[in-house]
Amino acid sequence: MANNHLTSESKQLATWYFTFAAILFGAQLLFGLVAAIQYVMPGFLYGILDFSIARILHINALVVWMVFAMFGSVYWLLPDETGIETVGIKIGKLLFWIFAAAIVVVVLVYLFIQVGPADATTIWFITEGREYIEAPRWADWGIVVVALGFVANLFLTGIKGRQSGIVTVLMADMIAFAGLYLAGMFFTDNITIDQYWWWWVIHLWVEATWEVFVGAIAAYGLITMIGAHRKVVEMWLWIEVAMLFGSGILGLGHHYFWIGTPEYWWEIGALFSALEPLPLVAMFIHVLYDWGKTQGAEMADEHTDEAHVKSVITNKPAFTWFVLNAFGNFLGAGIWGFFHTLPQVNLYTHGTQFTSAHGHLAFFGAYATILVGMMYIAVQGTNGIKVMKHTKASLWGVSLITGGVVGMTVALTIAGYVQVLVSRAQMGATWAAYFDGQSGLWFAQAMDWRLIMGTVTFLGFLFLAKDLLTTGKNPVHER
Amino acid sequence: MANKSVWSDNRFWQRSATWVTGFASILLIWLTFDTSAQIAMGNDEDLKNGVTKRVPGPTVINYKITYEMDAKRGHEVPVIGGKEKFFGRDDWSEEEARALLHLGKLGSQAKNCMDCHTLLGNGAYYAPDLTKAWLDPAWGPDGAMQALTGKNTKEEAMAEFLQHPDQFPTHARMMPDLGITAEEAKGLVAFLKHMSSIDTNGFPRNFGRMQGAINGK
Repeated sequence: MANNHLTSESKQLATWYFTFAAILFGAQLLFGLVAAIQYVMPGFLYGILDFSIARILHINALVVWMVFAMFGSVYWLLPDETGIETVGIKIGKLLFWIFAAAIVVVVLVYLFIQVGPADATTIWFITEGREYIEAPRWADWGIVVVALGFVANLFLTGIKGRQSGIVTVLMADMIAFAGLYLAGMFFTDNITIDQYWWWWVIHLWVEATWEVFVGAIAAYGLITMIGAHRKVVEMWLWIEVAMLFGSGILGLGHHYFWIGTPEYWWEIGALFSALEPLPLVAMFIHVLYDWGKTQGAEMADEHTDEAHVKSVITNKPAFTWFVLNAFGNFLGAGIWGFFHTLPQVNLYTHGTQFTSAHGHLAFFGAYATILVGMMYIAVQGTNGIKVMKHTKASLWGVSLITGGVVGMTVALTIAGYVQVLVSRAQMGATWAAYFDGQSGLWFAQAMDWRLIMGTVTFLGFLFLAKDLLTTGKNPVHER
Repeated sequence: MANKSVWSDNRFWQRSATWVTGFASILLIWLTFDTSAQIAMGNDEDLKNGVTKRVPGPTVINYKITYEMDAKRGHEVPVIGGKEKFFGRDDWSEEEARALLHLGKLGSQAKNCMDCHTLLGNGAYYAPDLTKAWLDPAWGPDGAMQALTGKNTKEEAMAEFLQHPDQFPTHARMMPDLGITAEEAKGLVAFLKHMSSIDTNGFPRNFGRMQGAINGK
């Protein structure tokens, strides 16, 4: 990077992580489009890149780009929060290249080898065949090594430097995040035990440790972008941690309704997962309240009319994505999750497009938004920009992506209704019932709309990518 | 400091977060011990003595399995009945059955089944749920699949389909040929039969109701 304003190696490493994450984000959307086309035209790439492979790439690219952007976010904020350069940054940089190279190998094997014989070599070298964590076992160990290196960087820096509340939360959160991955690294013939531990990784990542991570990043963003009061922000952060872990850890029970586990999970899962939206409401209020409060204080100081008062936001595009996160997390994870979390409802919605609708809006709203926001913060820092403004491309990007994802979510929700009513309630969930639901007019049209809205999302991504690459040099920003 | 409220004290919230997280984690670990004992796979002795397990032993493939309404629990449960031949035998030993199930479970992962189908309702939604696939009327004596594959038993029809799914198109959306061998197909069918015997607390609800008799109609 020429004309680089970065003096910290940690921040430089962060930009590498963000760059690779953005590339994988694009790959995620491309393979999602392939899978969406296959719902509409089943012959598309049949026998070449079947739905299963497109979907593996779609969801694995999703998980990995988010993990990359999360690592990047931590490397970015560490020097600001601790006041020192990240300890062991050279090893951190080496691990980045190992991680990136391993991902490329895993993707090439998914694409060109796809499946293997029913023996342990396939599990070790091709695919583990477990949704979201299909990565073969050798890559699992690689991920463990890289994650340990990352956690070591974070801990050594946190201990040596200033230890803010944000850093303390991140240290506790990231060690749990890395440790939980181990729960997904074994083979068993008992599919009930298999899925029991598989959910420890998936749920305790996505509905516990990742959410806490988002809380910490939101806190950092509010302090850096609108100058929110650290003490207030960190108090909120601790309240969020208590609420998120208090509901999310036992909310795990909502995945144990139907996999062979005992009935008491109905009550535990229903109660705690029903509480899961509460912290998301709190986060939503927290972001908007702090924004209003600092802006209000600014206006009171200026003693001028509203039209001439300066905005307190120092990074408009990033802040837009952070506010979207407050909305999206609450709607996608909170509301769309609550829709089908009670066992009486879930009995019919489990394993339908309802889950898919929730997954799309929740991953986007809770994670994609804030991580893209962090990418903008990195672009701002890398180019030495004081106040970063929106450009045409940044506005088109955020509008098309958000509109596209919301459109997909609505379409998938309708498809889910058809499945629940026709395939499940009316026909009784058999093979024939499944296809009766799938061939329904409403279902077919919903899939058409999902493809259209997916395309809109991808167009938005092109604007976003263009903006991230070019906005740093744009003269509209205050330097 | 004197009139500062505890509610705006960061130390208070930090401690609360630690206690809440610790308490939730300990409760989860305790429940995990209880659940692990309940979902451990049963064995041949249990099946012979009629001991009900949430996840029966692999030799359940020697028995007929049905899915029936349990009045007391208020939903359907798998019921293990009398002996039933599986690939011509109803005397699969514990070792043989375990090996077959092992092959099938490995196969289900090696072929990425879960990235089109759902297993126990988890996975992708591009193809039918396989939780109770073994009990699906489509594969039964009156179903379409035995005639389509030219086989006389459910297990042989399933195994034949799995080896050449592209030769038996039922819908525009077809399962691709995944290079499944005859032995692997046998294992996968054993895996499916075993999965159908797992007590899933009544999921899926009303399975096969439209094909089954309702009040004699």
